[in-house]
Amino acid sequence: MSGLAPGAGRAALGSIFLASLRQRRMATLLSLVAIALGVALGLAVQLIQSSALDEFGRGMRRLAGEADLQVLGSRGGFDDTLYLTLAQMPEVEAASPVLEIEARLPGHESNLRVLGIDLFRVAQVQPALLPQVRAERDNARDRLAALRPDAIFLSPAARVALRTEDGELLRVQSGLEEAGLQVAGSIAAAGVGERFAVMDLGAAQQLFGRIGTLTRIDLRLAPGVERREAEARIAARLPPGVAALAPEDSAAQSAGLSRAYRVNLAMLAAIALLTGAFLVFSTQLLSVVRRRQEFALLRALGLDRRVLLRGLLAEGAFVGLVGGVLGVVLGYGLTALAFRVVGADLGAGYFRGVSPELRFQPLVSFAYLMLGVVAGVAGAALPAREATRIAPARALHAGDEMEILQARPRTAAALGCLMLAGLACLLPPWQGVPVAGYAAVAFLLAAAVLLLPGATRWAMGGLAGRRGVLAELAQARLVAAPGQVVVAGAGVVASVALAVSMAIMVHSFRLSVDDWLRTMLPADLYLRASSSAASGHFDAPSVARVAAVAGVAAVREIRFETLRLSARHPPVTLIARPLSGGAGLPLVEPGDFPRDGLTDRPPVWVSEAMADLFALGPGDFLKLPLGGLAHEFRVAGVWRDYARQHGAVALELEDYRRLSGDGRSNDLAVEFVAGADPARISTAIAALFEPGRIELASPGEIRALSLAIFDRTFFITWLMEAVAILIGLFGIATTFAALSISRTKEFGMLRHLGMVRSQIGRLLAHEGALTAAIGVALGCVAGGAVALVLIRVINRQSFHWSMDVAIPVGLIAGFAGLLVVLAALAARASGAAAMRGSAVQAVREDW
Amino acid sequence: MLELDGISKSFAEEGGGAQRSLFRGVSLRLEPGQSVAIMGESGVGKSTLLHCIAGLETIDGGRIALGGVELAGLAEEAFAKVRRERYGFVFQAFHILPHLTLAQNVALPLWLLGVAREPAAERAHGMLVRVGLGDRANEWPRRLSGGELQRVAIARALVHRPALVLADEPTGNLDPERAGSVLELLLEGVREASAMAIVVTHSRQAAARADRVLRLVRDGLVEEAGSS
Repeated sequence: MSGLAPGAGRAALGSIFLASLRQRRMATLLSLVAIALGVALGLAVQLIQSSALDEFGRGMRRLAGEADLQVLGSRGGFDDTLYLTLAQMPEVEAASPVLEIEARLPGHESNLRVLGIDLFRVAQVQPALLPQVRAERDNARDRLAALRPDAIFLSPAARVALRTEDGELLRVQSGLEEAGLQVAGSIAAAGVGERFAVMDLGAAQQLFGRIGTLTRIDLRLAPGVERREAEARIAARLPPGVAALAPEDSAAQSAGLSRAYRVNLAMLAAIALLTGAFLVFSTQLLSVVRRRQEFALLRALGLDRRVLLRGLLAEGAFVGLVGGVLGVVLGYGLTALAFRVVGADLGAGYFRGVSPELRFQPLVSFAYLMLGVVAGVAGAALPAREATRIAPARALHAGDEMEILQARPRTAAALGCLMLAGLACLLPPWQGVPVAGYAAVAFLLAAAVLLLPGATRWAMGGLAGRRGVLAELAQARLVAAPGQVVVAGAGVVASVALAVSMAIMVHSFRLSVDDWLRTMLPADLYLRASSSAASGHFDAPSVARVAAVAGVAAVREIRFETLRLSARHPPVTLIARPLSGGAGLPLVEPGDFPRDGLTDRPPVWVSEAMADLFALGPGDFLKLPLGGLAHEFRVAGVWRDYARQHGAVALELEDYRRLSGDGRSNDLAVEFVAGADPARISTAIAALFEPGRIELASPGEIRALSLAIFDRTFFITWLMEAVAILIGLFGIATTFAALSISRTKEFGMLRHLGMVRSQIGRLLAHEGALTAAIGVALGCVAGGAVALVLIRVINRQSFHWSMDVAIPVGLIAGFAGLLVVLAALAARASGAAAMRGSAVQAVREDW
Repeated sequence: MLELDGISKSFAEEGGGAQRSLFRGVSLRLEPGQSVAIMGESGVGKSTLLHCIAGLETIDGGRIALGGVELAGLAEEAFAKVRRERYGFVFQAFHILPHLTLAQNVALPLWLLGVAREPAAERAHGMLVRVGLGDRANEWPRRLSGGELQRVAIARALVHRPALVLADEPTGNLDPERAGSVLELLLEGVREASAMAIVVTHSRQAAARADRVLRLVRDGLVEEAGSS
């Protein structure tokens, strides 16, 4: 029909629909808050990660300068004669050799990235790295300061972080020795937040014991040379373990390491937004229940079904829009707070040393604002459709609202979703992101929500023998109106499933990490010259001194290096240590491969990540570039490694030294004789070294520190979950507030029959508790299933590590119980307004 | 026996001003098995009088006694207990809970009194048989007509054998033909149970079915002209 005058639809929109939002202020406010929180969390995660990535990428681009290609080796580097080979190739116009060192700074927590550069070459390829000699003493001698072997130039950010001025001495550690470098100026072109230093290449090689070694060569190609062709020709001249990459590929490889983590956080935010959409759904559906007579009257007066539909969708869109705007503002606030409190990587450690600035991103902000609108409209869509289906003639009939709150069991659809979830779990990741795994989570959540009506009937049937009028009434209400449970419980199911799955996953992960640490740290004491990447290391005499300390039974050396196995993958970590045939590793696939005459190859044990990324398994052969040559090894087993997402390979120290000629070690694992005094031995060992040169830690201390880092990493996920739970509770509160208002006549009648207000409050609490109990129970089951998907599919595909499933029963039971109690209280409190009125007023039309 | 003795009720004028007297000196004595219909102009306070008797409104003066027990001045919880045990109610719009079956609706007062599930169900079914809906005990209310719903309400009002049934316009939503039979059903049940009933109505025809017809005026209850 189109019996309305032009513009009538708009008038109806303003006065009938949007005005209704004002009337139900609390429900509207809670929906706004839910959407705002979902948008804010999603946007904050996006802003934080993109700011960090942008800054990281900008930094890498600036350092690469005008380079068309970068030749990259492992951290251990490659022979610098390669520079001459490449510089003479006709495709290469300019080449700039670099030695990159993570210099340990005694007395400082963090290391400093030092780039050794050739001052005469760097200007042609990476002008941003050119040092600027300090200006106040600008004479001939100082103009050549950059060539002085003791001169170092700091980026502005490094200068601020180290609180060092020009002319001051900066102490760096090489091996177990210390050297002083004079701060001779700055690197003016360095970007904001980029912490690094440059010095003369030859001086850096000399100082850090890396004579004849480079880690990178930046190349500018001759004009007219096609990059891909040049890349192929250059790659053919490279020794094993060295690769040629475009700077953007190199940056993408580094940024790719954090992608799975970023996607995980974005998914958590998406679930918060989904819960917000559930809340809009419940408030809108209940609004339709309350206003069914109003709609019936309007329809009878000639309001078009489509205008009704549009009006109700506009209500949802309006809530989504306002929630989205608030969410965007809040998102920027949260981002600024996160930068100040936990850093650019939300505590996960992917972008250490990057200090991004918060910038307004109009497109991203608009996209998230629209997500809020979409959540609002999606939440309003189903109730709006229900409203258009109400038969005006029946809408005035008592009990009509019960028809809307009917909900047919959707067992077949739920089973379909479960099957799809199962199938999705079998699919591989897409570009390293477990897209199908996330789809499986969505299918599981959908199945849980679809099972709500059937589960309600089943659960209420199981309570049939309960005594007590309040229980009887609550049970009867939920049996007759399972839609009430769907409306109130859908958000609870989603948020509980999220919380329970995360609790199981994090608990399993933490216990597995703890077990892993116990296996990886069997010694009584560990000594570290510097972190694995940095410039400190032990040599043979220092190891011998430690072994000679009274009470020391054995000293095992551990060497960390990186190996670049292909241009497509970031470098993997090499761990060389005495392995006793793999006995000291947390093996998940022991090397029980068939003996076929090729077992003379030295054994290596690859981590799960490496097994996944390089498609390796026990018995396979693997070539590792050591000492400038490729050596073949046989994979003797796969082990669990939670520390290196990009892969690690372990081999016997003896094999490593024989093949690489590298006699240094980063860590020493010290075993004490039985009954020795650990404190005394630790003190004696510490006394062997200059103060601040080495770190000593017991396995217990390392475990405690590692678990503290673990907990910090998951802190943000707990925060996001708390928000999702809060939104779920909002759902219960708003549902019961709306239902209570539409049930004032019922409550009035019950008070006539002799019920007192407190009993009606308890009735609502019963209903709230039963609703939450069903939602929580389904949420727990769904959460268990989601946890399995997280552990077996998403984590495995994202981070390539497995873990043993462990369920924190006590935590989940306590959480479930608390949620049911909170839901009961929320239901009771939200019904208070309906109970406040007098019984007489409630049935006013009669008396 | 129900005794109302000099009941008065006043309201504060809108805006919190002076008190306006609604009625005063309302007295009534009702014996078990008796019914009375109360008529009166709109706004005279008929419904308010029922609220006062039910303890849902306080009175300014006078006394209310049921079976010799003084009710005026009872605390809310105590009056609620009296309502559960001794009162039955019939509403104009029925107020049958849509999420309970007919039998459950009727059993509701028994549930509130703590009667066990099985005996409550038996008594509720018995009452439904009495009102002619015995074969529909397990149906949902939405399938019933107005007259049928009011029969369920009458069954609910009588199932716990109350001493007093208060009904306000019980036939207000029914056509005259059904109104007569529904009211007859109510009063017959009251008489059989030796209970008492006060029915507020605008319908002379309905009122005539009660034992007495009174008119509420500002100064109390007076015999309606033409009633015996």
